[in-house]
Amino acid sequence: MRDPSPRAEFAAGAKAEVPVLFGVVPFGLIYGALALQAGIPPGAALAMSSVVLAGSAQFVGTQLFAAGAPGALIILTTFIVNLRHMLYSASVAPYLSRLGLRWKMLLAYLLTDEAYAMTITHYQQTGTPTPALPARGGAREDQRHWFFLGAGATLWTTWQVSTAIGLYVGARIPASWNLEFALPLTFVALVVPAVTDRATAAAAVAAGIVAVLAHGLALRLGLILAAVTGIGVGILTEWRTR
Amino acid sequence: MAHPIVRYWLVILGMGLVTYALRLSAIPLYGRGDVPPAVRRALRFVPPAVLTALAAPAMLRPAGGVDLSLTNLHLVAGSVAALVAWKTRSALLTIAAGMAMLWALAAAAR
Repeated sequence: MRDPSPRAEFAAGAKAEVPVLFGVVPFGLIYGALALQAGIPPGAALAMSSVVLAGSAQFVGTQLFAAGAPGALIILTTFIVNLRHMLYSASVAPYLSRLGLRWKMLLAYLLTDEAYAMTITHYQQTGTPTPALPARGGAREDQRHWFFLGAGATLWTTWQVSTAIGLYVGARIPASWNLEFALPLTFVALVVPAVTDRATAAAAVAAGIVAVLAHGLALRLGLILAAVTGIGVGILTEWRTR
Repeated sequence: MAHPIVRYWLVILGMGLVTYALRLSAIPLYGRGDVPPAVRRALRFVPPAVLTALAAPAMLRPAGGVDLSLTNLHLVAGSVAALVAWKTRSALLTIAAGMAMLWALAAAAR
């Protein structure tokens, strides 16, 4: 039986995030090393990890800084690279609607790929969004936002520490270890339980095909294109099989 | 023209603001008024679509081009991991199996 107390939820979120860290650490190290090569002052490179907190956008931003791109272009590029976060936001919103604004603002800040993946899986496996749950203040009040916080805080800390090590010590993990492969493996582990019927399977397959074919597109546009196609195919499949 | 250091900080602040705006976007809006049923239905497909889109290129295009052959070690290791995920529902075991498979195949191929 799941312990739904805040402390247990936080610990479960932190623990769920641990396997992902094998994949996150190499990315952090490489980001730190690249930022240094790009001539970004270490303080600013470190600040980017806490202010932006988005690996792929930080990689692209670093490249643009190195190329001497105008600031407005770097910011616009970040916006496009991070468009997928709007989908994450909409996806977790039903589960957070009962929370106060301060919680919402904090959890939105921590809504990375990895924290989203773990948190939405936890929410979906442990029950329905808010309306079906007991009223606020009840003994069985939903504390799953602590899971979100535990997962997000674990990822945040790891990202800060690994980028700092990359900046000040350098990235010394041999490429032949392929550690960054742990990241897609985590998403594999999470997508399997997310596929529960024909429509979700169709959504996953369609998104996978588009993601692979459109992977060469700049600014990670292939990812958002794949996600939108997958959602569309899922809706159509559900509609046709009804 | 601002001092270079100031410019870095301003641009990073801008990057952070747009990222945060995207992450926050729907969260404070949900629950104010009725959410159309069509939106609710669409949201169900976000996790399977996004998670597959995040994972698939690393399996099927590990070196840049699309590679569907058995010599694509990432695809073989990823398939084994998917099987483990299906059987065990454990992220840790899935990652351990996938990484072990990749290392074993890479060692055997050398």
